[in-house]
Amino acid sequence: MKKFAYFPGCSLEKMALSYHKSTIESARKLGVEFEELDDWNCCGATAYFHVDELLAYTLCARNLALAEKTNLDMVAPCAACYKNSYFTNDALKKDPDLAEHINFALEEDNLHFTGKVTVKHLLEVFAQDVGVDEIKAKTTRPLEGLRVAAYYGCQVLRPRKDHEDVEQPHFFEDIMSAAGAEPIDFPEKLLCCSGSLIITNRHAALSMVRNLLQSAAQRGAAVIATACPMCQVNLECYQKQVNQEFGTDFNMPVLYFTQLLGLALGITPKRLRIGSELVLPTPAFSRVRRTPATP
Amino acid sequence: MASKPTFSDEIANLLHASHGNPIKICMQCGTCAGTCPSAPFMDHTPRRLIAMINANMKEEVLASNTYWYCASCYHCTVRCPCEIDIAGLMYALKRYSMWKGQFKEGLIGPVFSETFVKTIFRSGRSYEPILATTYLFTFGLQDFITEAQTATTMMLKGRLPLLPPRIKRLKNFRRMIGRVIPVGGLE
Repeated sequence: MKKFAYFPGCSLEKMALSYHKSTIESARKLGVEFEELDDWNCCGATAYFHVDELLAYTLCARNLALAEKTNLDMVAPCAACYKNSYFTNDALKKDPDLAEHINFALEEDNLHFTGKVTVKHLLEVFAQDVGVDEIKAKTTRPLEGLRVAAYYGCQVLRPRKDHEDVEQPHFFEDIMSAAGAEPIDFPEKLLCCSGSLIITNRHAALSMVRNLLQSAAQRGAAVIATACPMCQVNLECYQKQVNQEFGTDFNMPVLYFTQLLGLALGITPKRLRIGSELVLPTPAFSRVRRTPATP
Repeated sequence: MASKPTFSDEIANLLHASHGNPIKICMQCGTCAGTCPSAPFMDHTPRRLIAMINANMKEEVLASNTYWYCASCYHCTVRCPCEIDIAGLMYALKRYSMWKGQFKEGLIGPVFSETFVKTIFRSGRSYEPILATTYLFTFGLQDFITEAQTATTMMLKGRLPLLPPRIKRLKNFRRMIGRVIPVGGLE
């Protein structure tokens, strides 16, 4: 059984609880076990780096040091937690003076960073460590006929790490295909959901969300699949505001990819917390040829 | 006689604590401006802002809203043929303008960042309802009502926390922060 140190992040505690539950459930079906980091702290999303770089690195290093104690590689389902952890790990490994300074601070919590863990995003774990063949083999209720817009967003892929294709990736679509769904051609799949601009620059943000919803709708997607809590909230919870601002009438369900994957693996909608959305996905599932049980 | 660094030097070296950003080799191709999803809302595109920095137009740069409209999506960074970390540059400008206490009037970004960081100091975790206080007062009545409806629905669906979460070893956590930056007044 594959095992990882699991860093859920603040959003998955409440706002994206469905992401957390569906991650654990799907992983279990696929033979992956997660050990949650003990007493992890906030990764800082996009705000720490606005204020102080050293502080930002210190806070992320604490989580990395917690992961090192487990002797496991670290996985984050949230794109921001992943990106911040990945690049802090990278920066500290490349700069021993910085690492020394931060280790001095970590002493206060009896922790130490050495740089021995690999940081992965959940999508990578499913696409690479588990693999699409395994997903295909374990799929008992394929999402046949369900047109999915696999939406990567930003920070799963960017900035560039080492080997990934930042212009034409397809591992997200591959996971959806393995679950029996039909990924649509979605050229906007790498565009930003507007992130925290939804709070700081509302009009710009709604316009960016509208652009994504419009493309997905025009291309006949029944549901958008995301791999980031910020993307999910912006695309789903602010649809009403988008409709109000632009006079549109979007009613596009936005689910975490683990929820769709979980359905294909035969997990009940209730265990995947399907039904906690503001835009209910039930009508989308009526298009699945063998409909999964409704919540 | 030693000369003072120019504004452009200052900004180029403000990045990543340890290594600079090659903004001076910018060839003004505009790939960043064409890529940026926020560009239509900025008063200067990223391309133009880099030209302004290289021309040492400090006042104009500090009066610009450009970097506060950056959502940190890094699309420009991965596409720049000169390998300038443009999103990193935007972060650096945010920090620079916050040090100087100089930013365009009416922006929510600086207050939001500070509130976010203070929330983390207090509890180690983020708490969405506190963050809402940074922007709700800027809303008109209709927007305020829609926002309140969304929040209520999310709360009913169990998606908003009622109480702020806290990490267990908060004392150690605060002392840890105290070793990298002065945090007087937060205790």
